[in-house]
Amino acid sequence: MSAVAIPTKPWAKSPQDRILGVSFLIAAAAFSYFFVAVTEMKGKLAYAFIFFVAYGVITSTYSFITRGPQAAKDSFVSTLVALGAVFTVIPIASILFTVVQKGVPGLHLGILSNDMSMATSTDPIPTGGVLHAITGTLTMVVLALIMSIPIGILTALYLTEIKGKFAGPIRFLVQAMSGVPSIVAGLFILSAVLYPITKNFSALMGAMALTILMIPTIARTSEEVLLLIPNELREAGTALGGTQWRTVAMIVLPAARSGLMTAIILGIARIAGETAPLLLLTGGGDKVNPNPFNGSVGSLPYYIWKSFNAGSPEALTRAWAGLLILMIVVFILFISARALSNRKMSK
Amino acid sequence: MSQATLIPSPREISTEPRRSDKVFRGVVTSGGISSLFILGLIAVFLAYRGFEVLKEEGLGFITGADWSVTLDESANVVESNFGLSAMLVGTILCALVAVVIAVPISVFSALYLNFYAPGWLKKILVAVIDMMAAFPSILFGVWGFLVLMPSVEYWGKLINRYLGWIPLFEVKPYFFTRSPFVAGVVLAIMIIPIITSVSREIFAQAPLDRIQAAFALGATRWAMIKAVVIPHGRSGVVGGAMLGLGRAMGETVAVFTVLNIVFQINWHILLGAGGNVASLIILKFSEAGDYEIKALMAAGLILFLLTLAVNAVANVIVKSTGKSGR
Repeated sequence: MSAVAIPTKPWAKSPQDRILGVSFLIAAAAFSYFFVAVTEMKGKLAYAFIFFVAYGVITSTYSFITRGPQAAKDSFVSTLVALGAVFTVIPIASILFTVVQKGVPGLHLGILSNDMSMATSTDPIPTGGVLHAITGTLTMVVLALIMSIPIGILTALYLTEIKGKFAGPIRFLVQAMSGVPSIVAGLFILSAVLYPITKNFSALMGAMALTILMIPTIARTSEEVLLLIPNELREAGTALGGTQWRTVAMIVLPAARSGLMTAIILGIARIAGETAPLLLLTGGGDKVNPNPFNGSVGSLPYYIWKSFNAGSPEALTRAWAGLLILMIVVFILFISARALSNRKMSK
Repeated sequence: MSQATLIPSPREISTEPRRSDKVFRGVVTSGGISSLFILGLIAVFLAYRGFEVLKEEGLGFITGADWSVTLDESANVVESNFGLSAMLVGTILCALVAVVIAVPISVFSALYLNFYAPGWLKKILVAVIDMMAAFPSILFGVWGFLVLMPSVEYWGKLINRYLGWIPLFEVKPYFFTRSPFVAGVVLAIMIIPIITSVSREIFAQAPLDRIQAAFALGATRWAMIKAVVIPHGRSGVVGGAMLGLGRAMGETVAVFTVLNIVFQINWHILLGAGGNVASLIILKFSEAGDYEIKALMAAGLILFLLTLAVNAVANVIVKSTGKSGR
């Protein structure tokens, strides 16, 4: 006759609570509808805003009646922070929606295999394409990677493995470097390399400016990853008689491999859409330029910029299509970075 | 038999690294110092190129508002006037508008993510917000100009109608398009992800024992946040806001697409006339002669030093909170 105790959740919502919650939502929605209809506010945002305010007032009044002033404040703040989260997400949703909606009409079969050398941005959509822009962006990203991966990872290694006397200042400067405006990086390359040495637009110039913007991202993310590598691994390496060089090269770096990949991908995502330095340094040519060291070269951001400033409906459609492609690129990079870092976590 | 010979002769113990380690340490150290080197080079080269203009204009480069060059037929500079004050005021104004809008929204959403959102929603939202931080600025610029601007103009008119008696919101002549307010809203949307993720990390470091103690004493969620989380995270949020400020001051393309650049100091945020140092560089670069390029380099130097200072202060603040929390 032993009664088995059934676990209960006294804090769980009863059906009555749920009904109440839904009715509050409906009441707030109805109120926002009437409020917008009566006053001269208009637009979806007005609905959303009034809805949240009304919901906050209704729930806090209810809490005040049933549970007192503290609970009323609490439920009002709950609504407020949810409103904050919604306001954070609305622009993202709107950006994704408009880019897909306006970019899709600009896509056509030949978009990835043609360049704009025989077309102007005001021509009908099916002519031309973004081949020159994609190859240009790819060239610059590869060149920037060649320069920034060694510097970025060496910086991270210095901060985590050597921990020399400059570690503090360097960490500080890398942080500060991540705040360097992209246009300043462009001006720097312009003044230090392009004017005195090469005197011509080229993909290399753009890549050098992008390198400056990319180093901090790679260095900071790699540093975080290297800090996660357990110290026992390093001690084991040393105990087996390895020099520091062998320990780092054979044990630490392979263990951190996927994390370092994440760092590099995040770095690419940081620079893939960078526009300002390219406007100063690359010239934005309309033809595929096979020589990365000389001659003006196109890139996706420059293509978007040019089409956007041309202003005709066709040009705007081209700009949106370019943005769509750019966003897909950033999206893929981001997803792969997350996938890599998640795999590392689950191990 | 020959056991005595097997005993190795005593040798000196040394902590001196081997040659391979010395090379390794040298390479890594030089790689680490290169960031210092690059930052130094940026300042040196911009100062070197802009020196002529800075010397010519003196303090007027910062206090003057006029930006004009007169050339004679053989493209020699006859008269030039370079002043950044309108652009500097515009830069700070846009960035401040952005921070004022972005900070409350970011702090609320960081609180929501840490203390209110269910686990699955939190995961999705964090991923989405991180991705938004990686969106290219030209995307925000084009979207802001074509999609957002009409609504923001409408909000500007509403503010002007009800709060127009405050000098800041005065609009005379009646012209709202491409105002600093619009640029500020676009910048706010760009920096919300940054401030949100900094605040989220700071809030997540709030000591768990105190949170549990507050709940055990019967605090509501808001009372707990007010008593534990906000005192702990206050200065971290200030640091995050300054990081956002630095980013907003250096932003180029997004501001250039939405802002109407006028060489006149304008404090009225709703009036469609503003300035921005970075946008000035893009605006004047394509048609600039040699001498004007030097002036642009000097402008870049000022912008560089300004953002560097803001970022440095921000990092110091963020870091000091991170430590005091433990």
